[in-house]
Amino acid sequence: MSQRSAGSGARRSRPGRSQVILDDDEPDVSSQPSSSQVQRARCSFTPQQIEQKVAEVVQFILIKDQKKIPIRRADVVKHVVKEYKGQYPGIIRRAGQTFEQVFGLNLVEIDSKNHVYILVNKLHPLPGEPISMCPGSPKTGLLFVILSLIFMKGGTVKEILVWNTLKKLRVYEGVKHEEFGDVKKLVTDVFVRQKYLEYVRIPHTEPLEHEFRWGARAEQEVSKMKLLQFIGELHNEEPQTWTQQYREAASVESNPR
Amino acid sequence: MSRQMGDSHRRFLQTMMSNGVISSSQASALHRHCCETHGAHYSQEKVEDFISVINAQLQPLFMHIRKGMSEEDGLDYFALVNMAKTDITKMSSDYADNELELFRKTMDLIVDSENGTASSTDILNCADSLQTKKLKKKETEHVLNKFVQDKWLNEIEGEYTLSTRCIIEMEQHMRTIYPDLIKRCFVCHNIAIQGQICENAVCGIKIHLPCVARYFKGRTDPHCPSCNDFWTHEIPEVQQYSSQTLQSQSSCAKENTAGPSTSSTLATRRSRRS
Ligand SMILES: [Zn+2]
Ligand SMILES: [Zn+2]
Repeated sequence: MSQRSAGSGARRSRPGRSQVILDDDEPDVSSQPSSSQVQRARCSFTPQQIEQKVAEVVQFILIKDQKKIPIRRADVVKHVVKEYKGQYPGIIRRAGQTFEQVFGLNLVEIDSKNHVYILVNKLHPLPGEPISMCPGSPKTGLLFVILSLIFMKGGTVKEILVWNTLKKLRVYEGVKHEEFGDVKKLVTDVFVRQKYLEYVRIPHTEPLEHEFRWGARAEQEVSKMKLLQFIGELHNEEPQTWTQQYREAASVESNPR
Repeated sequence: MSRQMGDSHRRFLQTMMSNGVISSSQASALHRHCCETHGAHYSQEKVEDFISVINAQLQPLFMHIRKGMSEEDGLDYFALVNMAKTDITKMSSDYADNELELFRKTMDLIVDSENGTASSTDILNCADSLQTKKLKKKETEHVLNKFVQDKWLNEIEGEYTLSTRCIIEMEQHMRTIYPDLIKRCFVCHNIAIQGQICENAVCGIKIHLPCVARYFKGRTDPHCPSCNDFWTHEIPEVQQYSSQTLQSQSSCAKENTAGPSTSSTLATRRSRRS
């Protein structure tokens, strides 16, 4: 990052078209070998222009991420990258570096077929922060309860069990909660779209039943070991008490993503 | 001192991003927390240096952490500013078109007013004539509430003012669209929306309320620092504005989380004008 910004100043002074191609996929112009200035101007960009595009992509993703909605490549191309489409792989890679080096965020492709990304926080929010890193934390608390439940039950829980558990916390499926609003929507729709939870239909059930699993964002962002330590503290037990869960948490921890 | 971006800086930046604006006492507490969490070198008086390391990285991205004074409590705040889009469009991801129009109209009213406030009645009247899509009374109240919650406006007893965050972020934009209306504070030279204006028509300088309080402190016979005419306005008490001593207490961060809008200093302000 520091090298990049230092370098960009130097590069800026010579707006040469010849050294446009960065280390990335170049636009497909080979089919039409044209030497005309017009053609070249249309297909090639100065490092400065690329730099600008990277900044715009970073901004775009940051704004989208505020709502924790996954970002689709198609949207990034349509709204920001536009005519720089041929440079997309390079631009998105540079944006990823920026997220990591400036913001401490990882840009993770959670669906490589449809090219869907989320931003994952590398710096775990901590208790006792002077100002919360993630305001709106009551909802995070609710989410943690559900994630813990799923984790402790081996990775999948039926919907009915989730609601029964939440009842003990005075959160009811069909009742508007003063902090969470429409809880059913929050849990089965918002958290699901944010990729914290998966909410899937159990086949061959009549009437229809659903179950919950961890979503891709939770897998990336939530430390199972920290979760287990937290649960251990609640029950006044060592995390090792839960052998299977401990083994799973330890294996994730030793294979950094 | 290291100029290198580390996790302590990144944690600070992330907290800035999710909060939008923090007071300087919160910034100090956060600075310390971030350094301690990541084992970085910490020196209490270096918070601005710390932030400048972040700003160097943000510059190519057209973002900036900028300091500004609250027009209400006179304290310094830091806001994360997006310079790529210097106008209201930066709010556009969060609001519908007619909500943005309502915000523009509210801003017009506030900037147009002498004291930098707009009453809810006046804003509700505007909502009736929006070009994009009219807002009903209930909807307007809801949207205004959202502006306050998102820290773009402050509200006290039905009077709306521009928040510190809004002023820091939109100063450039406001100077462009209201070139003749935006004044600088005669005392601190920063942009002044809320304040007192010299009654002498040929003078008409403006001073922030906290700056008025500091400037005229202890003077029984206040005169305009520019034209020397008698200063006719009520002078607010200075004690209420000077809470810089809170600086190093991290506990104050909690009290402050509700943002500048909770400031109790406004009580005096209300009685000022008829
Ligand atoms: Zn001033
Ligand atoms: Zn005067």
